[in-house]
Amino acid sequence: MKINDIPVIETDILVIGGGTAGPMAAVTAKEQNPDLNVMLLEKANVKRSGAISMGMDGLNNAVVPGHATPEQYVKEITIANDGVVHQPALMAYATRSFPMIEKLDSWGVHFQKDETGDYDMKKVHHLGTYVLPMPEGHNVKKILYRRLRRNRVQIENRFTATRLLKDPDGNIAGMIGVNTRTAEPIIIRAKAVIMATGAAGRLGLPTSGYLFGTYENPANNGDGHAMAYHVGADLANLECFQVNPLLKDYNGPACAYVTGPLGGFTSNAFGERFIECDYWSGQMMLEFFKELESGTGPVFLKLDHLAEETIEEIETVLHTNERPSRGRFHEGRDVNYRQRMVEMHISEVGFCSGHSASGVWTDETGATTVPGLYCAGDMASVAHNYMLGAFVYGQICGESAVEFAKDRGEPKLDEDFIKQELERIQAPMKVADGIPPEQMEYKVRRLVNDYLQPPKVTKKMEIGLERILAVRADVGQLCARDPHELLRAMEVQSIIDCAEMAARASLYRTESRWGLYHYRVDYPEQNDAEWFYHSRLFKDENGQMASGKRPIADYLVSLGEEKDAYRKMRVQKAANG
Amino acid sequence: MPIANHHSSVPVIVDEDKCIADKGCTVCIDVCPLDVLWINEATGKAHMKYDECWYCMPCEADCPTDAVTVNIPYLLR
Repeated sequence: MKINDIPVIETDILVIGGGTAGPMAAVTAKEQNPDLNVMLLEKANVKRSGAISMGMDGLNNAVVPGHATPEQYVKEITIANDGVVHQPALMAYATRSFPMIEKLDSWGVHFQKDETGDYDMKKVHHLGTYVLPMPEGHNVKKILYRRLRRNRVQIENRFTATRLLKDPDGNIAGMIGVNTRTAEPIIIRAKAVIMATGAAGRLGLPTSGYLFGTYENPANNGDGHAMAYHVGADLANLECFQVNPLLKDYNGPACAYVTGPLGGFTSNAFGERFIECDYWSGQMMLEFFKELESGTGPVFLKLDHLAEETIEEIETVLHTNERPSRGRFHEGRDVNYRQRMVEMHISEVGFCSGHSASGVWTDETGATTVPGLYCAGDMASVAHNYMLGAFVYGQICGESAVEFAKDRGEPKLDEDFIKQELERIQAPMKVADGIPPEQMEYKVRRLVNDYLQPPKVTKKMEIGLERILAVRADVGQLCARDPHELLRAMEVQSIIDCAEMAARASLYRTESRWGLYHYRVDYPEQNDAEWFYHSRLFKDENGQMASGKRPIADYLVSLGEEKDAYRKMRVQKAANG
Repeated sequence: MPIANHHSSVPVIVDEDKCIADKGCTVCIDVCPLDVLWINEATGKAHMKYDECWYCMPCEADCPTDAVTVNIPYLLR
């Protein structure tokens, strides 16, 4: 079959995104049924793509028998998220957490073990023990790549997906996209689709002003969020922004969770601890933000009191994994952990369930609200999922997608829609004198900072929304001189979609929740009577962006007397202190 | 609307004496998550064509001849 002379590629299972969750989903589908055609599409190159292109230095959410139970984990994450979570999805993660660690271990991923050979668990969270260091975690991507080859997953690098396709019954039917080096379009028909496109990390503008100096890998720009919205899937709790504590300007994680078990901590300008717990939560970030803005700010990572051998250990871990250029950054500023505290700041805003709770709505089977479409990793709505959650939900989605595709015939494609989308993809290359993608991106992301960044104020967000829509009206002027600029032109359209979603979702929830993530100054209190719900964002029958409420599923684990533990983040000063 | 070309100091440096892209190597170009390294058609060597860097370092780590250096972009330095 051809559409506009473009051959339609056929596959059983299509996975979009080859970072962390995507390869696990593809390998799982092949493990379930080696006869299936499984295609993995990646915007960059699977060898070095996604959030963990240079590996990872630890697991943040390992539920290891003897140290924690799935019930304890579900309780802690529920409390850390002010109650608004889908517990069945957290429980599905928690029960598969340890089997996934053992699977990765058997594949050759090294986790830290103590002298008896047990996993060397560390306490970083407020209540329980869930951190497992992996000082040799720089080779995770290589190990995943070997598994993809061994299981004969078909890999297509340097293609970006632009829209998902549905059949006339509303089931998923495939995708359309474009080659990032040749600008050639691609049409894929699939019986089930798994999206794992990562966070929407190019939403706010970093303080450095450098467009690509983001916390997230900037290839993760929210394409998946935009595509899910346009195909009719629900998104959830988008107003629960990601805001992280980072090394100022470098914008990589300070990794207090790496240094914490070794004696390092987040401090104010006077070297004093001001938060009880360095685990990233909205409540912790609100205390961080208050300290940053106060007379005892800014905030620092304090290591200068530690012994030489401890500092060497920290340097080895932090300067070889995840963000290894960190050492180079410190050298350039003459910062040595032994002598000086390291200045920290808060990140630009984004959508990322890995650290917060927003994303495309997914249940405990990885299913979205569009039949046959599954989501995993930083773009899916399962709270605080981190790398291990991406692996677990990649596995869950792989299993669910195989089941969905099992008895399905060839999905029917909507040719008119495909032709329209081909026109949208080709448009920027036809504009000679227009707006370069870089300028449009800078403008919309600057608006996100000026108007949507917490503390959120209603009138400011309304102005922000109006200005974002004005940028949207300029999309027809986007121009691209080559296929690479076309990639950026398609990305900026997803960024505009995400910016509009961020504004509307934030305006919808008229309360404050999740600490700094949705700190709304004119509605400063949490209001459980009206807002103990997931917020929904979706495309309504008229094609308009709409909001609504989704009830919270019955808890599997009750919170008991610890339910307010994350509200007590600030270190209390002694009465005589 | 006319478009200007503006100069930018780029963070990734390729040592052309060590680079073997002209002999068919494309390792750094393949692994860049942002696809900003391309062959310089004048020299046949790899170079940073677009100033869109995450200073993530696979290009430097994976280069078989140690030809690539990733600096921190000037705006962050």
